[in-house]
Amino acid sequence: MTSNAMNAAKRPQVGLFATCLVDLFRPSVGFASVKLIEDAGCDVHVPVAQTCCGQPAYNSGDRADTREIAEQVIEAFEGFDFVVAPSGSCASMLKKHYPGLFAGDAAWEDRARKFSEKCHELVSFLADVMMVRNTGASLEGSVTYHDSCSGLRELGVREQPRKLLAQVRGADLKEMTDSDVCCGFGGTFCVKYSDISNAIVTKKVTNIDASGADMLLAGDLGCLMNMAGKLKRIGSKVEVRHVAEVLAGMTDKAPIAGGGK
Amino acid sequence: MELTSNRFKQNASKALVDAQLQKALGNVEKGFIAKRQKSADALPEFDALRDNARDIKNHVLAHLDLYLEAYETKVTAAGGHVHWAETAEDARRIVLDICKRVGARTVTKGKSMITEEIALNDHLTANGIEPVETDLGEYIIQLRGEHPSHIIAPAVHLNKDQVESDFRRVHTHLDAGRDLSEPVSLLSEAREVLRQRYFAADVGITGANFLIAETGTSVIVTNEGNGDLTQTLGKVHVVVASIEKIVPTLEDTSQILRVLARSATGQDMSVYTTFSTGPKRPEDPDGPDEYHVVLLDNGRSAMLGTEYQDMLRCIRCGACMNHCPVYHAVGGHAYGSVYPGPMGAVLTPSLNGIDETGQLPNASTFCGRCEAVCPMRIPLPKMMRHWREREFERNLQPAVARYGLKAWAFFAKRPKLYRLFAGMGMPVLSMMGGASHRFRSLPLAGGWTKYRDLPAPEGKTFQQQWAERQSRKPEAA
Ligand code: SF4
Repeated sequence: MTSNAMNAAKRPQVGLFATCLVDLFRPSVGFASVKLIEDAGCDVHVPVAQTCCGQPAYNSGDRADTREIAEQVIEAFEGFDFVVAPSGSCASMLKKHYPGLFAGDAAWEDRARKFSEKCHELVSFLADVMMVRNTGASLEGSVTYHDSCSGLRELGVREQPRKLLAQVRGADLKEMTDSDVCCGFGGTFCVKYSDISNAIVTKKVTNIDASGADMLLAGDLGCLMNMAGKLKRIGSKVEVRHVAEVLAGMTDKAPIAGGGK
Repeated sequence: MELTSNRFKQNASKALVDAQLQKALGNVEKGFIAKRQKSADALPEFDALRDNARDIKNHVLAHLDLYLEAYETKVTAAGGHVHWAETAEDARRIVLDICKRVGARTVTKGKSMITEEIALNDHLTANGIEPVETDLGEYIIQLRGEHPSHIIAPAVHLNKDQVESDFRRVHTHLDAGRDLSEPVSLLSEAREVLRQRYFAADVGITGANFLIAETGTSVIVTNEGNGDLTQTLGKVHVVVASIEKIVPTLEDTSQILRVLARSATGQDMSVYTTFSTGPKRPEDPDGPDEYHVVLLDNGRSAMLGTEYQDMLRCIRCGACMNHCPVYHAVGGHAYGSVYPGPMGAVLTPSLNGIDETGQLPNASTFCGRCEAVCPMRIPLPKMMRHWREREFERNLQPAVARYGLKAWAFFAKRPKLYRLFAGMGMPVLSMMGGASHRFRSLPLAGGWTKYRDLPAPEGKTFQQQWAERQSRKPEAA
């Protein structure tokens, strides 16, 4: 799947921004990302000076801390050809929101803008930048895909995961109703407004269950943990995984929040 | 209305267990969204029209003073009167003075959010003048002593059976055995009752969707035709509108009209689009003897030049709330403000101050669906985030949240410490999760585990495992 031109030239050097949730809760997604990016013909690096993209501070109105965190991320990653994150919301933070943090500071603004151009969400990076058409994975069973909000509406990630999933041998995609409606996670929203978040995720898991799929996939671990937690609470048998795990053919680990009842 | 935005959480919790309300909210979700999508899909240039609409309003806001003056000149030339109201109080006083001067006992009203904003009905009632709402939805909530829960569908929080029982309670002069089982029978009953009120009214009060600077015209769009009767049958027509309703020309108006109804109800056009320019001329068959426009600022000019200026492009179509998962869950009254939903979460703090309204811009998942459908391309989530920044600067958020955030930021800014603690904590948490790989409850995670299980971490962090993997690879050293 690697183009000839790619082989001839130097392999693109990719900095993997694992995201804090993947680092802490689900390293499997990190390794699946590494495999997918390497298979696409790139070298992967994981700078140790990464923690979080800063969204919790940014969305709480704490611009000063957000900016410090953004500087740290830019310094750690700006040397790579590409920066890839297995999360639509974190990738969008790097790509769409970082430059605005430096408005009025010409030097940093320029640096942040150049950096932002290199940043991509994992699946769209594979499909749109590396032109991957088939990841060569297989899976027995049916899947349904939830469009996480930031990836969908800020980065236009919609068809890419569906096209790649369509090539996964044995996987049958069953669309749920309202796949593009928020799951109610919203970062700190889900604990600050837990009653409302619960009402939203309740509708979501009803749609997931009604799709009849065996497995729920999405591209953002926050949303996945929210939906998995609710599915398990209501006793659903649907397994929950990050889409990267399926695309990489790495579904040997227990699903998010475990399986079964 | 009384501002209860800071009780949003309590209001919301009540709304979530209100079975009648939840049933009614189901209609918002099903009705509006599909209709808007269908009409947007049917118009290939829809997105280009949205860009146009945005540009028109941006141009107006950049030259608002000039267009307002030009508008006033044209209104005056057509024989009308323009009254400038800096505050809600000013606007109430101006309207009351006009009503008193002509000896008005009842006034009819077309649907208008601005008169809600200035609480006009209460003021008129307190001064012995009876306001009669003529829009069906407004009429219903007036009967119930409520406020609109949606900016274009004020009674969307109600079910048909609730309206039927209100009509039976209030319209006691009608046959008690009448059949009101069909929605259309409710509509004709309201029409019947209201028809008599139009002729008795001395003054008709409407809002405006647009004020056209080129011609001095006010424009309203309705689906019931009640606005037309309100403004032509009274002796005096009073338009109450906020300053940002100005558009330069008739052509601009028609551009924005093309996105307004499509975004609101999925109609190509509303049923009635009515243009009013000045009072009745000698050759006109009907129309009011006097035509007044009360131009309300109420904090809007202070938004110009700030990060909230874009909000002044809003044309009150309601698409943002129609697509909002939070609005779907709790309805409009929970917001405790005149304007609900995403547009209210941005506008209300501008009008009422962030101290009393801080809950509203926080109660969003930032899913971005509002911005995606807004015909005026208003970046609603971005502006909600700006309100959170204003709150943060002034330490208005709860102490627990603030300290929690600061503690987290401390570690996020120190990768080595962060790795150390994460590396120690995650394997322990993972073991605690055991074979189920999840927690039903966990200390400090009650906000999460009240409603859902918490997935357990897999074990060592990604950073730990990656470092181990690299050290096993000699060439990667
Ligand atoms: S903010 Fe946009 S979508 Fe919401 S009411 Fe105003 S114009 Fe309509």
